Parts: sequence; structure tokens; C-alpha cells
Amino acid sequence: MGTTLFEKVWNAHVVTEVKDGPSILYIDKQLIHEVTSPQAFAGIEKRGIGVFRPERTLATPDHNVPTKGQNLPIVEDLSRFQVDKLTDNCNKFGVTLYGLGHASQGVVHVVGPETGTTLPGMTIVCGDSHTSTHGAFGSIAFGIGTSEVEQVLATQCLMQTKAKTLKIEINGKLAKGVTAKDVILYVIAQISAAGGTGYFVEYCGSAITALSMEARMTICNMSIEMGARGGMIAPDETTFNYIKGREFAPKGAKWDEAVAYWKTLYTDADAVFDKTLKYDAADIGPMITYGTNPGMGISVNKNIPTIDSIEESNKVTFNKALDYMGFHAGDSLIGKQVNWVFLGSCTNGRIEDLRQFAEFVKGKQKAANINALIVPGSKQVEKQAIAEGIDKVLAEAGFELREPGCSACLAMNEDKVPKGEYCVSTSNRNFEGRQGPGARTLLVSPLTAAAIAVSGKIVDVREMLN
Amino acid sequence: MEKFTTIQSTVVPLPIEDVDTDQIIPARFLKATTKSGFGKSLFCDWRYNEDGTPKADFVMNNPLYSGKILVAGRNFGCGSSREHAAWAIDDAGFKVVVSSFFADIFRGNALNNGILPVQVSDAFLKSIFDAVAANAKQELNVDLVNQVISITGTDLKESFVINEYKKTCLINGYDDIDYVLSIKDKIEQYEKTSKYLDLLKA
Repeated sequence: MGTTLFEKVWNAHVVTEVKDGPSILYIDKQLIHEVTSPQAFAGIEKRGIGVFRPERTLATPDHNVPTKGQNLPIVEDLSRFQVDKLTDNCNKFGVTLYGLGHASQGVVHVVGPETGTTLPGMTIVCGDSHTSTHGAFGSIAFGIGTSEVEQVLATQCLMQTKAKTLKIEINGKLAKGVTAKDVILYVIAQISAAGGTGYFVEYCGSAITALSMEARMTICNMSIEMGARGGMIAPDETTFNYIKGREFAPKGAKWDEAVAYWKTLYTDADAVFDKTLKYDAADIGPMITYGTNPGMGISVNKNIPTIDSIEESNKVTFNKALDYMGFHAGDSLIGKQVNWVFLGSCTNGRIEDLRQFAEFVKGKQKAANINALIVPGSKQVEKQAIAEGIDKVLAEAGFELREPGCSACLAMNEDKVPKGEYCVSTSNRNFEGRQGPGARTLLVSPLTAAAIAVSGKIVDVREMLN
Repeated sequence: MEKFTTIQSTVVPLPIEDVDTDQIIPARFLKATTKSGFGKSLFCDWRYNEDGTPKADFVMNNPLYSGKILVAGRNFGCGSSREHAAWAIDDAGFKVVVSSFFADIFRGNALNNGILPVQVSDAFLKSIFDAVAANAKQELNVDLVNQVISITGTDLKESFVINEYKKTCLINGYDDIDYVLSIKDKIEQYEKTSKYLDLLKA
């Protein structure tokens, strides 16, 4: 019997196994940020040890950073203290830091791929659940807790129980106005926010292989939103073309050797998955969420489910979600006024996302009621956007390009949505209070966000495309 | 880590599904650089009004309910990987969380902090909620050694699954990091023999 992509990469990283217990997995790269690392550094200090392989950890502050005036000291005391703590720890333990002002600073999951730090066949961890993003390159990448961050700092290894494998195959062509974000929101709506728990996903099929690297990252990024540990896509020419020439990509003879190895990273034809799901790309429309977890999504032209279609045990949660959102079962969302738009995050803060948004709003005007936060995922994305004149297109349409960070995805900095307000967001979570206490989040694609930003209300973007 | 064998306690029931870690501990409380003091912010936005006064309808503010066991609906702990969720639950005095389904990362974080996640069937979870609804002082007994959870004073009990290694760790208060540090020779050997690591060298 053959092996899956996941098993190939996993097997290549097993250092040893605990009898009747987990495997000890070697970690090629750990990414860290300011929020989930301070207690881990404190832990190794308490043990009286250092970072075992400091060159295998890369740090950048992202969660807390302001998206305006990054050249100035951070105003908020606790945020500044946490970011300073990351700098101190990196200096003390010899870890490379892309601090505020560095040309490569940004959201950790945007920085890894664009610098060529993320490569196929690697094991990558970070104290952040959206580490699954890096699986788009055919690496095993997943989020971990702070005790595990400490474990990797101390040993460059992680004790892990092997997940089951889930194949999600999507074939066919996506309709006009439908993007990678809609694909993943559709899949999560099909299998629920818990449907992937216990699994590592491999996405495949013609609709997936047709996607760009950045679109693949959007898909893998949200694997955790169905409960899966991570998601992967087998590396191919699209992957190699994206990586080639990036800062930390192998060069010269090493490049050829690496590509030859990466080409072996695919699921064998006779490999068996623990579970397989198949979808048709033609069934997917522009998605929007109506509730308080990412599984509560519908095609924007459809209605919110009625209570009788909800499982008995889930009815309390469903009603609680609608009550929080101020929606009613069975209603349509079309035409509802929205006052906030957030474009950014590790899900949709890359250059293609900004291009898509800018292309749509070009020659149009931001609706008067809309407050928009347009946040590039990294300094490199910001630089590229300015080089392409995206900042000017946005400005002419009434939008402003901010500085990079996690921003309103989780509202740890000043970028918050006020209580009770609706925000269409290109981020990954619509949990209660995620974008600020009492804020109501509707997850959408960058294209749908653009259509709503110029309309001031929920619309079906397909009706605005010619 | 504190050793764990058996706990008998009254419970705090939270019959809500898909409780995410943003509800357990909202992001604005993640700016601390130590592990202590998160308990007061546990379930903050469900537990307190904006002015900081307790919301009367939230279970933790109901004097009838208290204990070391939190019982919640399925898919508890979904969302963010923040270990602060486990630290908050621990700091609030809970030693066990019972649900019919746990999110993977939360389960691991709980175990790494000496909190036992006990996964039961949907039917048994309902039995617990029913028993506690009938009697707020109903106790549960959680026996890690024999892997059994029971509703005390009744015949209702169910066995639960836990990885043997993790069970040993909890019973003895062992920590994963000590274990992995003890096999450093094997890690160094791996580094010497891994072809891929060699390939990645600039």
C-alpha cells in the first residue's frame, strides 16, 4: 500500500517514538510572535537551558502592533511591553527577529512563505492556530500551545500523536466571482466547525491545483476552522515557481536537488485516507457567514437556515448565535446595512488579495457609511502594493492602506469594531467579540468585501461583475 | 506539574456547543507575559457586563453552582491555540473539563497544564446535564487510574479514553519537556542522518 503526502513528510521527521505513546517529531522551523512566546522563554530560563537550535526559530511581532505610526513607540503599555519582551528574548537567546520597522516584518504566516522560509516537506510550528497556512507548500504545519513552543525551543522536537488523514477533493471550475476564500468557507459550512477534528487534511482536485500559491494559502489557513490540525497541498510547478529566487530558497545545485526531492512529495495512487470528501466547484457561490463560528456560512444569495434544519443539541448554540448577530432564522442577508469592512489577516492579507480588492473598487467610491481597515499582511506586501500603485487606487476610491499586522482580525491593537456594528471581514473567525467586544463579524472573500465596501450593504458580488 | 488521580466534586454546567477559546479568554487579555491571573477573566464577556458587574444569567455567577469540574457542550475549546485558555480554566479552580468532543489543540494544552479533558458520549453528557439540572449539588467522580467517570449516588458511569503516556504523565506529574530533553542524543543523531536537513543547509 502506498503512503499519503502527510505520511511521507511525517515519517521523514520521526526521531523516535514513545512506547504506546506519541512520536517525537523533529521540527524544521518554528515561527514565534509576541503573544504566545514570553511564557515559553520564561520556561526555558527557569529550566536553566537555552534555545537548542536558535537558527531554526524566526520571530516577528504581529498580533499587537499598531497599523499606523509604526515608526513611533507603541502607545498601549501592555502591547509595547509584550513586543519589547519579544525583542529582549530574541536578543538573549540568539533568535532572528524581524522587528517593527524591519523590511520583512509582518503577520508571521505571511512572512514565512514570502521570505522562502517555508518550503515543501518541512515541519513547521508556531504558537498560532493558523500555522496551517504553510501546508499550502506541502509541509506539515500546525498551531501549538505555549508549553509546546517551550518544548520546541528546548529540543527542536515536539511530542505529537499522529492525526488521521482526510482527503478533500474539489473538482471543476470556480464560477466568476468565486474565490479560494469561498471554497474554504463552503467546505467548512458543509462539514461544520468540528468536522475536521482529529484529522490532517490534504486538499486536491482540479479546482485546487488551478489555484495560485496565495489562494492555496487561504485554503490551508482555514483548515483549523473545521477543527483539523492542518491542511496540505502537494507541491507542483506552481509551488516551485513561487519559491524560486526567494531569500531563503535553496540556490544553484541545491535548488535542483531540492526540487527533485519535493517532486516525490505526493500521495501515492494506492494510498488510503481515513476519510474522503468530494465537492464540485460549480456548486460553490460567494460565501458569507451569518453566525458566530466559521461553519455557519451560506452562499450570499441563500437564506439563513431555519431552526428545524438544525440538530437538536445545536439549537441552543444556533439561537444564541443569531441573537448575538441580530439576525433571524430563515432571513436573507442581501441588502442589510454594514458599516465596517476589514481587508487583511493571514487569511487574506497578501498582494493578490489587495490587487483583487483594488481592481474592484477602482473608479468606484467607498460607500459613505463604510469604515474600512485595509491592512497589508507584511512590509513586503505593503512595499509591493505601493510599487503597483494600489495605495493610490485605494486612496482615489476613498480607502487608506495601513501598515502591516494582525489588526482587526483579533483586535488586540487599536483596530476594533464597535459594539453591535456589523463588519464584513476577510479574516478567519467570526466568534463573539473577536473583532472587539460586541462586534458582529461576517466572513467573506476580498472580492465580496470590495463589493460591500462600495455598496454599504450586503450584495452578491456576481451581480456587479460584467 | 501537580499529580492527578481521582477527583470528586460538584460541577459548573455550560450546556453550549462550540465554545471557542475567544470566549474562554478574549484576545484582549493575552497581553500578559506570565501564566498567572487569567482566572478572573475566564468567560469574561459572558460573565460580566461592560461595567464589570456580574451578569446574573451566567452560570459562574449563580451561587448554586461551583466545583472543580466544568461540563460543556460538544467541540469545547475550538479556535485559537492560546494556552491562556487552559491557564484561565486552571486559575479559576477547575481540574477537569467534561464534554462530548474536544478541539485538538485545547485538549493538548489542557493536558500540558494538569487539567484532565474527559470525553464522554453525547448521551452521558445529557445525563450529567439532567442530573445537575435536577440537583445543583450533584457530584461527579472522575477516576483517572481506572478511566471511569460516574454520577455519584447513581448507577450512571462511563469509561473514558486517554493516551497511556499522557495518563502516566498526569498521575506522576511528569512533563513532556523533561522527557524530550532526556533523549537529546537521539535528536542529535537524527540531525546528523536526516538527508532533508542536509539539503536545507545553505
